[in-house]
Amino acid sequence: MTAVFLGIPTAPAGVGNLRGDRSFPDAARDALRDGQLRANLGHATTTIRGKRAGVVAEVPDWAELREAGRAIKAATMARLDEHLIALEEQVTARGGTVHWARDATEANQIVTALVQATGATEVVKVKSMATQEIGLNEALEAAGIEALETDLAELIVQLGEDKPSHILVPAIHKNRAEIREIFARTIPGVDPHLTDDPRKLAMAAREHLRERFLRARVAVSGANFAVAETGTLAVVESEGNGRMCLTLPQTLITVMGIEKLVPTWRDLEVFLQLLPRSSTGERMNPYTSLWAGITPGDGPQDFHLVLLDNGRTAVLADEVGREALHCIRCSACLNVCPVYERTGGHAYGSVYPGPIGAVLSPQLTGVEDNASLPYASSLCGACYDVCPVAIDIPSILVHLRAEHVEAQTRTTPEAAAFRALSKVMSHPRLWRLAQRAAGLGRFLARGRPTLPAALPPPASAWTRTRDLPTPPAKTFTQQWAEEHGS
Amino acid sequence: MRVALFATCLVDTMVPQVAHATATLLQRLGHEVIVPAGQSCCGQMHVNTGYRREAVPIVANHVRAFAGAEAIVAPSGSCVASIHHQQAAVARRAGEHALADEAEALAGRTYELSQFLVDVLGVTDVGAYYPHRVTYHPTCHSLRLLRVGDRPLQLLRAVRGLDLVELPGAESCCGFGGTFAVKNADTSTAMLTDKMANVLATHAEVCTAGDSSCLLHIGGGLSRLRSGTRTVHLAEILASTEENSVQNGASAPSGTAIVPGRVDL
Amino acid sequence: MSARDDVLARIRTALGTQQPPTEVARDYRTTDDRPLPELLDVLTDRLEDYQATVHRCAPDAIGPTVTAALHGIPGDVVVAPGVPAQWRPAGAIEDDGRPAVDLTAFAATLTGVTVAVAETGTLVLDASPICGRRALSLLPDVLVCVVTADQVVGSVPEGLARLDPLRPLTMISGPSATSDIELQRVEGVHGPRTLLVVLASD
Repeated sequence: MTAVFLGIPTAPAGVGNLRGDRSFPDAARDALRDGQLRANLGHATTTIRGKRAGVVAEVPDWAELREAGRAIKAATMARLDEHLIALEEQVTARGGTVHWARDATEANQIVTALVQATGATEVVKVKSMATQEIGLNEALEAAGIEALETDLAELIVQLGEDKPSHILVPAIHKNRAEIREIFARTIPGVDPHLTDDPRKLAMAAREHLRERFLRARVAVSGANFAVAETGTLAVVESEGNGRMCLTLPQTLITVMGIEKLVPTWRDLEVFLQLLPRSSTGERMNPYTSLWAGITPGDGPQDFHLVLLDNGRTAVLADEVGREALHCIRCSACLNVCPVYERTGGHAYGSVYPGPIGAVLSPQLTGVEDNASLPYASSLCGACYDVCPVAIDIPSILVHLRAEHVEAQTRTTPEAAAFRALSKVMSHPRLWRLAQRAAGLGRFLARGRPTLPAALPPPASAWTRTRDLPTPPAKTFTQQWAEEHGS
Repeated sequence: MRVALFATCLVDTMVPQVAHATATLLQRLGHEVIVPAGQSCCGQMHVNTGYRREAVPIVANHVRAFAGAEAIVAPSGSCVASIHHQQAAVARRAGEHALADEAEALAGRTYELSQFLVDVLGVTDVGAYYPHRVTYHPTCHSLRLLRVGDRPLQLLRAVRGLDLVELPGAESCCGFGGTFAVKNADTSTAMLTDKMANVLATHAEVCTAGDSSCLLHIGGGLSRLRSGTRTVHLAEILASTEENSVQNGASAPSGTAIVPGRVDL
Repeated sequence: MSARDDVLARIRTALGTQQPPTEVARDYRTTDDRPLPELLDVLTDRLEDYQATVHRCAPDAIGPTVTAALHGIPGDVVVAPGVPAQWRPAGAIEDDGRPAVDLTAFAATLTGVTVAVAETGTLVLDASPICGRRALSLLPDVLVCVVTADQVVGSVPEGLARLDPLRPLTMISGPSATSDIELQRVEGVHGPRTLLVVLASD
């Protein structure tokens, strides 16, 4: 059953950041030529792979935790409506206000109106994939509200007027020298002798943001988890910018995808082990903040939770693809992906890059709006191996390729070829004839061991960079039959 | 044991030496080899490119061709992984439950070569002789879908005269990925370049693996660079003896049987 | 139809006639049977690994140890209201509930904790009187936390089981840090740049 068939809307076009303006192969072609990008990504992904492998190896029951994580998420999705209603009740009972948003446009309107109601013209933001997804900063800006990203990497991206390229470390494509240059150029009053020492750069960010935190009246955050039975929300972070935003302003607005919740408090004991080791390669991240509604005298006294659909229910309708909703945004799959490592995140065109993005973005938007992404993988399986909740990304990629193929109303040349080949390969006699025809490729070689490099498309896509051997005179089965009888 | 050899469409058509080597090796170990004439393809290329409906008749043909076989061996981790993980699933999705059940049963008797040798036959020293410096690339599907682990290395270590040298970054994909190599040719080439750099850094004469598809890719790149390093399938190394040596790579474009003079069209 | 009803209806349509939810097998470790002295060593090791400084002392020596740990840090010390008098360094000021931003005037904060998880080097503060409100352990640049041996558990599941999910909780594992530049971890960003832990046991 598909969402299209059931009439469940996908994420609307024209708002948010789920669609690129070019196909993956086209965008990748440019990215692959950027030597600095390749070097930065190679360095960063190699570092984080080693760290992750080290801290995962420390945990003797990793496989059991991973299975529990998978099972909890599957159980959550199976009764998502009930858990959301429970969450709403709990948050409301503790003084929070729950809002529901069908899509990006609606979520942006809700948040904008909430900020406007406070009279504030600036908000501080904790890094949040959901608000990147819906283009909240752009929507706030259009309403005259400045949104200040406070996570270091998000700040780098914002100051550099760039786009995020990684789920965890949005500025992974920049190296220390490039970051120093951005800070020196964009932060008013920054130390003119600022060096590219990461510690010094972090200190520059601290100074730049300190006063903004202290005067902020409204904060906008995402959430890593929400516990349905208690109404507890969790933000997992490192720098303390999250704590600043979640603690100091009077008003806190949290935007959360509906799939982020877990049924019970106890479930966090699984995810708080899986997430930090998978994402930053730490046993535990420096800070995790947990809160349920409002606490008099401590933290924001006005709390709003915006529950966002924006295509998630369409993903849920796909029995194979819905597993993508289990993602806890650790980004381990990006870090091990040989494609991501070389192209970087911008080539994917969506805020969700890498292997998980290649299965999530096309499902959120409808596969035809991101049709090249399911093919942006060699299906090597490294992503599935490291996924802390065991999302079988390669199988979903293959499934979405089929969804794309089956969505075509006209027969493409590729489809015609694959259909013909299917007929041939399922009839041994035709197959033998086809093999002999392939053997005629020998004439092109004129006795050379390889075929000419200048073949017509689609063969040229191979032969531009790789030789193709001349087909042999006889196939194996042919020769065997001659020698042994058939 | 009576072993049915599934050559795979690629080996059968492009690198028949690999299937010959597999048959020779199994016969040398005292087993009877049969080659079911009706065989063609496992259907993986169709499934992985999005043509899962069109893969169903191919799966049916495969099941038909190998019906009744006691044990089926293929010199490919990727095709065996598809037989294990995809065939029954695409049949079931198409509502062909009887076919799915048959495919499942058949998968239970289907082995990748190194798994068959080590796990079923219980041998690691197959009596091979191959006096060359060799590096081994673990192909993704044999590594992550079949979990062949170090079985190929166990087999290679027991080969007389073979100088086995570790491949840096061995577990990184070579960039083949089936139609990925064509649909995302640039990214595929970038991955291949890094794989080749690692292969060349070993100063090995030969890069081996358990999949001719990946070797065609790596070998195609090495050949284009005129690197002199060739790719040879694991089966060919294991089939090689003092009396009957594989001197050149069968999987490498430069080493196929198409030596000028022997071309008979 | 409200957005709420619409989203809930979509979910029900998407799920259709569901299979019964899968059972969750919790075969992972939920207890850590290592003896307490070993857990204290693990906690110390993990805290130090993430650049916290650990001072071990006897339960009756917490006060002097806190004072010694704070030696050389210029400026005023603020303490959570529930911190016992004998832990407080001379001249320490109790948090009087002033506007949170005014806490930046202090150089250091002294609090207790609710629970400490050895395996991950994690301290949890639950906004109880001894831990103080959340801003208290956030704004001053030095944070001193006193941990007593009875508060130390081995694993994350044991730690969470001791917490009240309705309280504002802060889990702290080392000083504030970032890996945002080349995925290399550096300590000290917006939260306290120095974390001092006084670990008291017999």
